Amino acid sequence: MQTQTEYGYNSKVEGDVVLTTVDAALAWFRKNSVWPMPMGLACCAIELMAVGASRFDISRFGSEVMRFSPRQADCMIVAGTVTYKSAGFLKRIYDQMPEPKWVIAMGACASTGGMYRSYAVLQGVDKVVPVDVYISGCPPRPEAVLDALMKIQEKIGKQPILQGTVAAKLLHLDEK
Amino acid sequence: MATVQDIEIPDSAARAAAIEEAQDIQGEKMVLNMGPSHPATHGVLRIVLELDGEVITKADPDVGYLHRGDEKIAENMTYTQFIPYTDRLDYLAPLANNVAYALAVEKLLGIHDNLPPRCQYIRVMCAELARISSHLLGLGAFAMDTGAVTVFLLTFTEREKIYNLAEAASGARLTTSYTRIGGLMRDVPPNWCDMVRQFLKEFAVALAEAHTLLTRNRIWVDRLRDLGVVSKEMAIDYGLSGPNLRGSGVNWDLRKNQPYLCYKDLDFDVALGSVGDCYDRYLVRMEEMKQSMRILEQCCNKIPGGAENKSKEPVNVADGKITLPSKEKVLTSMEELIHQFMLVTEGVNCPPGEVYFGHENPKGELGFYINSKGGGTPYRLKIRAPSFINLSILGELMPGAMISDVPVILGSLDFVMGESDR
Amino acid sequence: MSALESANKIKAKFGDIVAGPTEFRGEISLKISDAEKIFDVCRFAKSIGFDYLVDISSIDNYGEDPRWTVVYHLRAIGNGEEIRFKTDVSEEKSELPSVLPVWRTANWHEREIYDMMGIRFSGHPDLRRILMWEGYPFHPLRKDFPLAGKPSDLPGVAFTQVTPMEGGPFVTLPSSSDSIAREPRVRVPENAERAISDKRLVDGKLK
Repeated sequence: MQTQTEYGYNSKVEGDVVLTTVDAALAWFRKNSVWPMPMGLACCAIELMAVGASRFDISRFGSEVMRFSPRQADCMIVAGTVTYKSAGFLKRIYDQMPEPKWVIAMGACASTGGMYRSYAVLQGVDKVVPVDVYISGCPPRPEAVLDALMKIQEKIGKQPILQGTVAAKLLHLDEK
Repeated sequence: MATVQDIEIPDSAARAAAIEEAQDIQGEKMVLNMGPSHPATHGVLRIVLELDGEVITKADPDVGYLHRGDEKIAENMTYTQFIPYTDRLDYLAPLANNVAYALAVEKLLGIHDNLPPRCQYIRVMCAELARISSHLLGLGAFAMDTGAVTVFLLTFTEREKIYNLAEAASGARLTTSYTRIGGLMRDVPPNWCDMVRQFLKEFAVALAEAHTLLTRNRIWVDRLRDLGVVSKEMAIDYGLSGPNLRGSGVNWDLRKNQPYLCYKDLDFDVALGSVGDCYDRYLVRMEEMKQSMRILEQCCNKIPGGAENKSKEPVNVADGKITLPSKEKVLTSMEELIHQFMLVTEGVNCPPGEVYFGHENPKGELGFYINSKGGGTPYRLKIRAPSFINLSILGELMPGAMISDVPVILGSLDFVMGESDR
Repeated sequence: MSALESANKIKAKFGDIVAGPTEFRGEISLKISDAEKIFDVCRFAKSIGFDYLVDISSIDNYGEDPRWTVVYHLRAIGNGEEIRFKTDVSEEKSELPSVLPVWRTANWHEREIYDMMGIRFSGHPDLRRILMWEGYPFHPLRKDFPLAGKPSDLPGVAFTQVTPMEGGPFVTLPSSSDSIAREPRVRVPENAERAISDKRLVDGKLK
């Protein structure tokens, strides 16, 4: 990875290249330290705990810091059945998470309501929060949860970070 | 020139006396919402606490955040179709719930005393493995909430071994759906009993390690002793069951007092507490795990047909109207074809009547009250959830305790919200 | 069976309002025809040894009158006897006495029955919904209520107002686009320029 120690270069020639590299570095930092906010509601929470335990070790991905405080978390993993009674506080917790944030809907109940087509169950958490990755399974195996985490990491890796920001404007990083 | 001033600093007794005299100083009690999303509430439980400083004066638990409508769902499907829903009741011990529900429907049919012996032994082994699994997670989460994080990783490693056993028997780690009305989904694989014996050897070491970490640990004992004391009368009056009831000294274990399956032929002790505090309940659960190991050992030795079932003992009741017939017969013989069709589309035809069956689940007594008007679907299925009833005592246990005692009390009651809210 | 003896004792004490005992699959049931007397029957049952209330259930006999049946399962911890009481309540009345003074565990059972079926319990100190939220207009376990439910307002519990921090530099602007577009990336807060150029500020302090 190129290192850049001064900003007084000819941005007309090299501006975009620098941005991409810094973006790549920042994206690499971000995706390897996704701190999940475990919204563990039902049985999928037990498999989520198993992912955090020693056999399936989510710590290899940098995510063993399961922050129950939304202000300190990146990714909300909705694990379990969302009922109408729970939808209110779930949305509020999602709102409290600072950007950038992602949501993983773990399991059938969080994705679509699962096998509970009843009066009390919200048919999918994507009715209240925008979901990035859906995991199928009832409950999904911990390997599937890790696979979803890897998909989120891919998504983060592709996101432009500095483009269009105030910082980039101040540093004249995107002038042609 | 410096002036000398005398500063009066009264000692704490004098200060307290001064505050008491000043009657107009009235602290307002703080209402704190220990919300549904909380690491120490073991699921989605909301407790509205009224605090006077650190001391709780009132606690009002608010359940229902995981109410999924199981009882109404049960009225719309056949008895066999409901089995996956029972997995998700106490999702820490799904095998035990499966066994409980199957026995309840079999009691309605009148066959719960006459199951094939091999089926009974396998069900007992499943229930005891589920008991160990549930107590391990209860212990791990309880210890983690109070700060002893190592125990959580220790117990989860052992639970992974139980998941391996459940996966070998039924195909799924967590939501097994292993039992069927009149028997089991399938027989256990030939090396299953050896896997269980191997697990028991390793588990004995891990249980001893958990004991050394916690049982005589000064911090653990100080946090748990004399907290959340439930007297015998209170335990019976509040309808507690399972380790919570036995921790208060009440000798009631459904495996001994209302024996079902083959528990009559097995030799085990019932752990009883003396004081009824959190430490007692913890010790009762640890001892229950040890007794479950004893039961599993005996079952491995006594299982009819042996580990490999060389004598081809059946695991399903040999009644075509209850058990699905084998595929060769279905495709060649008319009677079996009709049985298969009726069983799958309409379900097991149960007589009209009502039964209640209580099973000794790890959390307590899981009971099913089935009211049937005949046919393959229940008219009313009520699930008597031990966690729901165990939680009702919170309003009585918490006042007087400090807020840091809340995770200890919740952990010692060992409830799970999937069962409580159904 | 001694549960039969206890049933006969109850029948002897209360006379015609008790019908039975009937037996099915080894369980003894008694039918109490007058729901108002259920408190007295339960208190008597506790005095003869049934100190443990296992469960209270409710059944909706849709299309029949009386519509509700309330089922009590009792157990004597001392000797393990079990007995069942069933009592009917008509739909117009939908009320029967609470047995909370007899067994304190009845508290949550009766709240659940009120929540799910709509049967009220007189004398209950705190009869409010327990599984559904306060303000839910229906009683879901009734036979005429559809399984998929009817539309209602989402609960006001769990405070669904806007969270604090609105207008700050890291706050999400509400939109339905994906996270790439939503990410604020240190945008200047709306009121920042106004604060900087506030003429009332002199040396950083308000005049």
